[in-house]
Formats: sequence, structure tokens, C-alpha cells
Amino acid sequence: MDKVQRVLTRRALLLGGAQAAFVGGLAMRMRYMQVDQADQFRLLAEENRINIRLIPPTRGELFDRNGAIIAQNTPSYRIVMVREDAGDVDEVIENLKRVIPLDPEELDRALAEMRRSPPFLPVTLADQISWEHISKVAVNAPALPGITPEVGLTRVYPQAGDFAHVVGYVGPVSDYDLSQIQDPEPVLRIPRFQIGKVGLEAKQEDLLRGKAGAKRVEVNANGRVMRELDRREGKPGADLQLTVDSALQSYVQARLGQESAAAVVIDCETGDLRAIASAPSFDPNLFVRGISVADYRGLTEDPYRPLANKSVQGAYPPGSTFKMITAMAALEAGITSPEETVYCPGFLEVSNRRFHCWKRGGHGHMNLEESLEQSCDVYYYDVALKVGIDKISAMAEEFGIGVRHDIPMSAVARGLAPNRDWKARVHGQDWLVGDTANASIGQGFMLASPLQLAVMTARIATGRKVAPRLVKSVDGVEQPSGAGEPLAVNQANLRRLRKGMYAVSNNRRGTAYRSRILADDNRMAGKTGTSQVRNITAAERAAGVIRNEDLPWERRDHALFVCFAPFDNPRFAVSVVVEHGGGGSTAAAPIARDILLQALYDGFPPLEAYPAKDRSRIEAQQERLRRELRPVTRPEDKDRA
Amino acid sequence: MSYLEYTVKATPSGLRKILYMNWPLTLLLISVASVGFLMLYSVAGGSFSPWAEPQIKRFVAGLVVMTTVAMVPIWFWRNMAAVAYGGSLVLLIMVELFGAVGMGAQRWIDLGFMRLQPSELTKITLVMVLAAYYDWLPGKKTSRPLWVLVPVLIILVPTALVLKQPDLGTAILLLSAGGALMFLAGVHWAYFAAVIAAGVGLITAVFKSRGTDWQLLKDYQFRRIDTFLDPSSDPLGAGYHITQSKIALGSGGWSGRGFMQGTQSRLNFLPEKHTDFIFTTLAEEFGFIGGISLLSLYALIIAFCVVTALATRDRFSSLVTMGIAVNFFLFFAVNMSMVMGLAPVVGVPLPMVSYGGSAMLVLMVAFGLVHSAHIHRPR
Repeated sequence: MDKVQRVLTRRALLLGGAQAAFVGGLAMRMRYMQVDQADQFRLLAEENRINIRLIPPTRGELFDRNGAIIAQNTPSYRIVMVREDAGDVDEVIENLKRVIPLDPEELDRALAEMRRSPPFLPVTLADQISWEHISKVAVNAPALPGITPEVGLTRVYPQAGDFAHVVGYVGPVSDYDLSQIQDPEPVLRIPRFQIGKVGLEAKQEDLLRGKAGAKRVEVNANGRVMRELDRREGKPGADLQLTVDSALQSYVQARLGQESAAAVVIDCETGDLRAIASAPSFDPNLFVRGISVADYRGLTEDPYRPLANKSVQGAYPPGSTFKMITAMAALEAGITSPEETVYCPGFLEVSNRRFHCWKRGGHGHMNLEESLEQSCDVYYYDVALKVGIDKISAMAEEFGIGVRHDIPMSAVARGLAPNRDWKARVHGQDWLVGDTANASIGQGFMLASPLQLAVMTARIATGRKVAPRLVKSVDGVEQPSGAGEPLAVNQANLRRLRKGMYAVSNNRRGTAYRSRILADDNRMAGKTGTSQVRNITAAERAAGVIRNEDLPWERRDHALFVCFAPFDNPRFAVSVVVEHGGGGSTAAAPIARDILLQALYDGFPPLEAYPAKDRSRIEAQQERLRRELRPVTRPEDKDRA
Repeated sequence: MSYLEYTVKATPSGLRKILYMNWPLTLLLISVASVGFLMLYSVAGGSFSPWAEPQIKRFVAGLVVMTTVAMVPIWFWRNMAAVAYGGSLVLLIMVELFGAVGMGAQRWIDLGFMRLQPSELTKITLVMVLAAYYDWLPGKKTSRPLWVLVPVLIILVPTALVLKQPDLGTAILLLSAGGALMFLAGVHWAYFAAVIAAGVGLITAVFKSRGTDWQLLKDYQFRRIDTFLDPSSDPLGAGYHITQSKIALGSGGWSGRGFMQGTQSRLNFLPEKHTDFIFTTLAEEFGFIGGISLLSLYALIIAFCVVTALATRDRFSSLVTMGIAVNFFLFFAVNMSMVMGLAPVVGVPLPMVSYGGSAMLVLMVAFGLVHSAHIHRPR
């Protein structure tokens, strides 16, 4: 073998050896990755492969005290498109437009979403589609490849405006909502997931939402789901039964009509809110679907403020309806007795300023019952100045004014029962005697919501610390009653107070005599209130106070009335506030009386309950309201829809 | 010893030549190709289409081509070496002028029945022409500068053309295989030392050139190097291939996840799982055992080639066989290093296993030459 051949052999072996070494290195590397680090890589592969998908929980439904539906979840139809199945997207959308109307705004948004997402992901073209449109799409399916109707659940409020203020409404989670919640649950990030926005829906969100389930799915590199591995069912939200009576609520709403007003019906024994209405109302279903700009502007620019929940959120000077509290403070302090009289010349001079009685000529000598019956202001100026504001304020809180009642509704007002401390703290001023005189007749700083007035009336009627209750049961579990402990007052004084209130609507000279109830076993006790929203100057008083009818609407007095019945065995207490309605006896008392009767008779009362001369007018009114009432929706009706 | 110096009469003739083929090598090739069919069947989700069936057909055609090449005496191929080399240069220039663009590079000419990649063909013709050159060159001239310059030019001309396509992977393979052949032929150590020193300098220059007007690599090539050096820097972008490949390979474990059970490949987390990353699928589904088995088959093929090369006294045969072995080795070594995260993603398929006609056909022709050298060895 020559030299050249030897070199070749040597170098071939060298090269072969180098190759063998490299192969050995590859084998070592493979061993390191597949044996030593296998677990770690296996974990990474599983993370790649498995996705957790949330299953949104079904929201709890709302029922009234008799089981009628207030808020329910009904199937809603939407049209979705899968790009890869559609082929020519533009052509298919053109075809779809010929079948059903499409909102151009929503369509643009859908097309933009389609460009971003992978071709196999369904994109919603139209939401909340009617059954009629869905069937049209189904019939035309051959011309619409890639288009499928889908069913989801959406919130529906069958009673529409009747419960708008109580229940509020739900809507899709907004970025703002997310920013308000610390560490939001992942389920909130599901597109179009609905949460409570206002009212009970928002306040009881935690109960109603339930817990999301989850399923583990295997996905490929593009995120397409290949199969479901396992699933853990979520927990549906709790069903809530409210204390409200749907039929009564509907009546109250209809009776308030287009006034800017609020009314509350409370069960004296349990504190159950049988009706809690604010007028005018709005249709919460509009908000669920996404309200149009025009509709929304219509609601916000209405001077009657339909969006405001006046029954709990509105704080009004309670006017003469507050007089029971002033009287009670004086009686409890022992500075007067029910029989002691005060002389009313039509005004009281307090530190060189005249505080007028509503009756220019004065009432003459007044005892407690007469002062309530005829709503004499001077009597209250007199006793209030003797007892002082702090005791009045404390008594107001004992009866639930200036206290925030704990019910799950939005913006429940605290109201205000002012005292010396409060004025020093908030206004930095000393309390003046004049302030006491104003407060004694529920004017000045004094503020109360219709809910607070109803609670106050129920407490007067029963002598117990009745607390309002809105939720009767959660998933069938009865919630604690609001019956309350006896009030820390002399019950004998309360009885005298109630006699005065009885006189208001049963004695010929009572301010609400015209709104009396004639049925002997359902006699009503009440108190009118008319609270000023403007100052009456000395000049105007000299020239004669301008009548309400001659004032622009927003400067007229608020009309108030509180009442309870039956007098002997109180079952319901009612408060009514008609904003700028004028006098309490004319604008508020008839409404409150009708509502009270409706509650007592659980439906339209017999005409015999009314004074004879009113009966024909009441009959016509009942006839009209009967037509306006919204029929209640029972669970068994659901299937029919 | 050159073929003119030994007697031709001792070599088998006619169809008897088939009996004298290197049968262990043939069986190894069939085994490796079968692994390929199995994996192509698996990545198609348990289906012969679209990859396994055409691959089988091509392999059968490849066997016929290999046998045909084997039947032709090795000295004929020696005489044709220069012509073949020239032909492949012409094709490389044609592809530059009329070639189709694939993956951002001009790589093939569509012949109608197949797509011809001249760069693949060049791998063989370069080995052939260099072997023929050193067969012709008297041994004592091997290390003289002028006679070293000639093979350097022979290597650099096609390398430059391939680099211009641009196909960095093949260019490196050509350069390495050419260098290996010069090394085998006995060119003096000093030249290689000088080239390695120059190479280090060039690599430095390449990195220094980045971002300047005269930058020597395309941006995507720089990015591949970046992501190779740190794949986690861009796990969803360019580093995705390497990261997912490593996950798939590692998750295979000792015995793999089972045939057609590899989640990474079945769920498309693996890129180009039927071509460049097919070894990853194998390693995921058959684990360390499967991977090491294929690696052993490859090592055996190299070993048989080396034995064949050493067994013949014909210099051209030795050099061609060794050159082909080096080429084959570079193929799978670069591919495996790539999928294991040891080398940048340069787009080199796994020989005989990855889906693709051109590369396989060229390899079968090459092994035909090895067979021919074996059959027609001096006796």
C-alpha cells in the first residue's frame, strides 16, 4: 500500500471517529432532554395542550311574594358567523341583509372582530334577535353558509317599568365595572356576561351570580378546541323571593301615573315592603339590550327624572307628617301632656321673627289631638322650643328618620334629622331657635325619604321598631323578619298620637277627612304634609300667599301623606310623596288611601269603602286603572313564550 | 491506485452485479426510509395521504435509480464527474435566472414531473469532481499551493451560487463536505488551520457587519441566530419553532407518548412536522428509545460507508464513498442538532425520513455510487 493510500485510510478513520463522537454527543443530548428533563417538558406540553374554559353560571331569578316572576332568564337568539365556513364573507352578509335587518354599527364591529380572530371562531353578527327573524334565517340556510343561530340566556323583566327602581337591571360587564372590582372573577371577562348594574340586581350580585363552572378542553396550536377532557359544573345563582306583591306594585305604579311621585307600602307586622314605587318609571329591558342614545337622553332630560328612585333615594322635607315626632319628643320629655293646650293666633313670635301657621287666622286653643287633626303649626313651634332640637332629633332616629335602612336597593338615602352637633359640624354655625321652629314642622334642614316615612308610620302604628325587609327568602330560606322590639317610649303616649291621626281622616275638621275610609273594620289613621320648597317673603305674605296653581311646577309645594289601617289592628302603613303636587290633603291623601285600600282588600276594594259622593268618580277611576294594570307573570306562563 | 491499473475481468457482470451490491447498506436504507413512512403516516393523523404514499412511491423509484446507478461501472462515473459538475453549475445559474421562489429563496426548477433542486444535485457532483481530481492528481502534488487552489475554487463557485439563492444551510454543507474531501485526500494540516482561523475571523466579521450597509447575512438569518442563542426571548415569534420542538422532544421521555399520541405534533404546536422537524415527532412518540434507534441506524450507514471506502484500493471509489458518507452525516447531524436546540434553524431536512423528493432522489443516486464502488472494486 502506497503512502497516499495510507494517508487516506488514516484520515478516513480520523473523520469516522469524529463523526462517531458527534453521534455520541447527540445521544447524550437526547438522553439529557428525554430522560433527565422529561417531566419538565411533559408539563410544558400539557400546558400547551390544555385550556380551561369557563361555563357561565345561570343567574338567579327574582320572584314576588306570591311566586310571580319579576326577573327571569329567557332564551335569546343571536346570529353568529364562522368565517372559514362562510367562504365569501361579503356575499353571505349581503344575503343575510336581504333576509333580516342588520344594525350597520354592530356589523362593522363584527367585521372588525372577524379580521382579528382565527377563522374558525364564531363572531356575533346580531344579538337579541326575534324568533321570527331566526326562523327566516333557518329557512334561508342554504344561501347562508357559515351562519348559525345560537341560543343564549338573557335577562328579561316581564313587569317592565313596575319594578325598574326596585330591581334595577343587568348589562354586559364594562371596562369601568372591571376597574371598580378588585381582582375580578374570570367569569366577568366572558364577552357579553351580564352583571347587575343598579338596584337589587347590583346589590345582591354576589347571591344572584352564582359560581362559574369550568371545563378543560384540548386545543391545538391555533386555539381550536379538539375535544372536551372533563368539566366541573358551576353553581347557579340563588333565586330570590321578594316581599313585594307584584299585583299591588303594579297598581301603585299605575295609581301614581305620570306624576313625579313615590309611594311605599309596608307590612306593619313584619316590615315587609309590599310595594315600593317611584313614578314616572322606565323599561329596564331597554338597558339590558343596550339603550339607544335618543331613548337615554329622553330619560335623563325629563324634568320628572324617571331614572331617580324617589321612594328610597329621594329626600324631602317631611312637612307636617313630622309633627308626630315633635309631639312624641315633647310628651316623652314630659314638658306637655295630651290635654295641655296651646293658643294659636296664627303665628308665633320667635326672637323677633314671626313663624306663621298655615291658617292665617289661627286655630285658637289646641290640644295634642286637635293639633294633629287640623295640623296646627303654632302648637308644634311652642312645644318644640320647650323640648329643644336634640330630643326631637333623637326621637326622629328612634322612628327611623335620619337612619339608613338596610335594604338592597341603590342609593338608599339616609335623610337628615338635624341637631346642634350636626349644624356645628357641617355648617360651622350655632343652632338657632328659628331652626328648631322650622324642624318642628318638618321643614328647614329636616329630610326624609318616602321609605323612612312609611317605616315611621309603621312604628307609630305598632309601637315596635319595625324594620323594612325587601328579600323574603333566598333559595327558599326565609330571611329574618323585620318585626322589631318595642320602641323605648311610653306606649300610652303613642296611643294618643294614633288617636290624633285617626281624627285627621275621620273627623269632619281633619285635614284628610275627604279621603276617609268608611269600612268600619278598615278605618284609616293618617297625617297630611305639605312641604315648601321656596321661601315665602314677608311682602308676599302681606299681599296674600300665591296659590300653588299659580306657580311654575318646580316651585310648588311637595304633597305628602302617611297613613295606616286598620286603626285597631294595623296591617299596612303607606307613605306617598307627590313632588310639587301642592297640598298633602288634596294631592297625596287620595292616592295613599286608594293604595291602602288596595293592599287591605288584596285587589280593588268595594265602592262602599268610599264616601258616597265619591263613589261614581272612584268607579270610573277603578275602571281606568284595571285596564292599565300589567298582568303578573307566573312561572307556568314562561313556557308559553 | 487508479482503475486503469487493475484488471476489469474479476468484477461481476450483467445482472449478477445485483448479488454483489452492499446488501446490509441497502437494508439499512430501507429501514430508515420505513421509519420515515411511519412518521409521515403519523403526522398526517393516521393517513397515507398526503405524505406517506408519495414518499413510498418516490422511495421505490429511488431504489430503482440507485440500482441502475450501481450497475454502471464506477470508472464511468469517474469519467463523467467533470461533466456532471459542469452540468450542476449550469443548473445553479439557471435557477438563479428562472427559478421558482420558495420560502424566500430561489431553490428549484419545475421540470413538470418533479421539482429539481440543483443545490441538492451539487452535493453529489462536487464530491464526484473532487474525488476524480484527487484520483488524477499525483500524490506528491496534493499539498502544493497551486494544486490546492484548484479544488478550493471548485468548491467555492457552487457554494457562492447557492449562498446567493440564498440557502445558507446547503452552502455550509457544500463547504464542509468539500473541505472534508480535501482533508481525506491528504492536503496538509496547515491549510486547514489557516482556513479555520480565517473562518473565525469571518464569523466575527459577519456579526460586526450587522446593521451596516454591507451586512453579510439576511435579516432573517440573523434573527435565526439570535433565537437560537436565546429561544425564550421570543417564544411566540421566531423562537417558537425551537421552543416547541424542544418541548415535544423532551416530553417524549424514555419510551415516548405512543404512536400517534404525540400531543405537540398532533395539535400542530410543531412547525413543519413532516419535513425539517420530523425527528421531533419521532422522539415525542417513541421517546429516547425511538430516537436512539434512528440515530444508530444512521451511524451504521456511515460505518458501512467507511468500511466500503477502506475496503477498496481504488482511490476515486474511496474518496467518493467517504464524501457521500460525510454529506449524509452532515445532513442528519445538522438536522438533529437543530431540533434539539444545539444549532440554529437552517432548514436542513432529515435524510431519507423527511418528506421531499429531490433530496431523497439525490441521496439514492449517491448510494448508487457507493454500491457501484463496492461492486466494481478491484479484486
